[in-house]
Amino acid sequence: MTRFRRAVIFVVAHRRRVGWLAALGLFLVILPFLVRDYQVDVLIMLLINIIIVVSFRLITTTGRWSLAHIPMVGCGAYATALLTGGLGFPFWLSLPLSGLAAGAAALLMSYPLARTKGFAFFVASFAAGDALRLCWTRFKVPFGGHKGLTNVPVPSFFGAGDFAQAIPYYFLALAVTVLCLLVMWRLDRSRLGRTWKILDMNEDLAKSLGINATFYKILAFVLGSAFAGVAGVLLAHRLWAVVPAQFGFGATLYLLVWVVFGGTRTFQGPIIGVAALTLLREILKPLFEWVPLIFGTIIILTLIFLPEGLESLPRRLRPWLSKERLSLLETESEPTGYETVRQPGR
Amino acid sequence: MPILQLKGLGKDFGQLVAVNRIDLTVEEGEIRGLIGPNGSGKTTLFNLITGFITPSRGTVYFQGEDITDLPPHAVARKGLVRTFQITALFKEMTVLENVVMAGHLHTRIGLVRQFWPNARARRREAAVLEKAMELLEFMGIAQKSQEIAGELSHGHQCALGIANALAAEPRMILLDEPVGGMNPVETAQTMERIKMVRDRGITVLLVEHDMKAVMSTCDRITCVNFGNKIAEGTPQEVCACQEVNEAYLGGTIDVCSL
Repeated sequence: MTRFRRAVIFVVAHRRRVGWLAALGLFLVILPFLVRDYQVDVLIMLLINIIIVVSFRLITTTGRWSLAHIPMVGCGAYATALLTGGLGFPFWLSLPLSGLAAGAAALLMSYPLARTKGFAFFVASFAAGDALRLCWTRFKVPFGGHKGLTNVPVPSFFGAGDFAQAIPYYFLALAVTVLCLLVMWRLDRSRLGRTWKILDMNEDLAKSLGINATFYKILAFVLGSAFAGVAGVLLAHRLWAVVPAQFGFGATLYLLVWVVFGGTRTFQGPIIGVAALTLLREILKPLFEWVPLIFGTIIILTLIFLPEGLESLPRRLRPWLSKERLSLLETESEPTGYETVRQPGR
Repeated sequence: MPILQLKGLGKDFGQLVAVNRIDLTVEEGEIRGLIGPNGSGKTTLFNLITGFITPSRGTVYFQGEDITDLPPHAVARKGLVRTFQITALFKEMTVLENVVMAGHLHTRIGLVRQFWPNARARRREAAVLEKAMELLEFMGIAQKSQEIAGELSHGHQCALGIANALAAEPRMILLDEPVGGMNPVETAQTMERIKMVRDRGITVLLVEHDMKAVMSTCDRITCVNFGNKIAEGTPQEVCACQEVNEAYLGGTIDVCSL
């Protein structure tokens, strides 16, 4: 069966979902023209944050919550600042290289972090990440100290397009985000992704069956951190500057809120979380001093009634939703291919 | 031809001597029973053999090779697989997915190909599926293949645990209480399957408390108490042994009559 034929069959079999995704894609393309100027920047930040939360969730599938994730974003940002601003590398080359740099930093961190589990990993990863941030603050050369680096250039693709403007940059960020999400989604659905998940479910059993748990956990950590680095590149080239204060605990806290609010069980959970909270903050903007109170209250209420995050909403509403709409929202019923295996007696 | 040899194996937890100096030899193709009261060191022994705990003293030889310091996944690679008393499953996956993932060792699809499969990777994945269904049929739970493992009845969960262990294509398996909590019918069926496992060429070492099951299935039995081996021999020899009776029942009832 040729690849093309297989792809067509896939699209037809999932036509409803493909239809919705196409509509979403169209919406995302016209969206920047529908909103006010400054809100395009909000959208750009949302795209960057989506990469951050999904790459964070990738690491959590092995059961480890990395508090070094935001510093990894910073790693990518600093890497691209040094490569493009300092060494004159073009943007398209610096993007993957900076992602690799963040992955390499994560790999280096993995040695001391390897033996830690659960809460110990939580704290140790925070310490490692913060140590990195303090490096940037401490060393004026080459990181620019607490003032950071301000020589990050506007991305250019051989002169085509002006990426100093918000809307062109939005499309650049959209392209990068879609690419990253595709790769991470593919990883999640592959055997590798399932191996990560069984390590979370029952690590001892996995080890007794020959799975090298440490290797796979480090792999998840490195890959997730690499994608965080890519998000950092997009961030740096929008703000044309990198400052260590951006990557402190405040940002990590927001990351945790997004992820807990949306849920980590499914791939789309964190995306829903960050998108919903960003939208909420924008809607509440006119209310000025009431924002923190309302924002916090909504989060608390959601976590009381939906402790598994927004992604569990379809599951919870099952008694009231018709079966047809449920099959669209609920992805646990995603065909895995195992249903086609012969049943005994047939 | 001994497949597993323990020489002077021991483990201390601080002052507590969990396992003293155990010498044990299991012949290839045997079904060996390991019995002893609760707390006698049986599960610790399993952990020591399979690398989950590092021994305080002694060595473990598997197929003539020293595996004492190997980590658990390396021990499994050598062909020695164990099950767990309570949680031998991936609870949130279906029964079929459990066995498919348990066959990880022998799936032989490289990391890159897992992400971007070619025809050969797809063939290998299909072969793993076939093998998994075959194992489920062997253990008699094929009709449950699409159910979530955590929702199965206890008996079926135990059967799945054994199927998972078999998916790793071991030369020898260590079964930790394979019929724990089963009724007599399920127990008899499971012990029959364990005999069939041995007939497939896999050596079995099992820990069990159900005396009837142990006596009727095992070729030889080793009894431990307080981390020491106190008896070893055929089922008749062991149950007639005075120390064994005292360890289990205080010497008042004959273990043979259970």
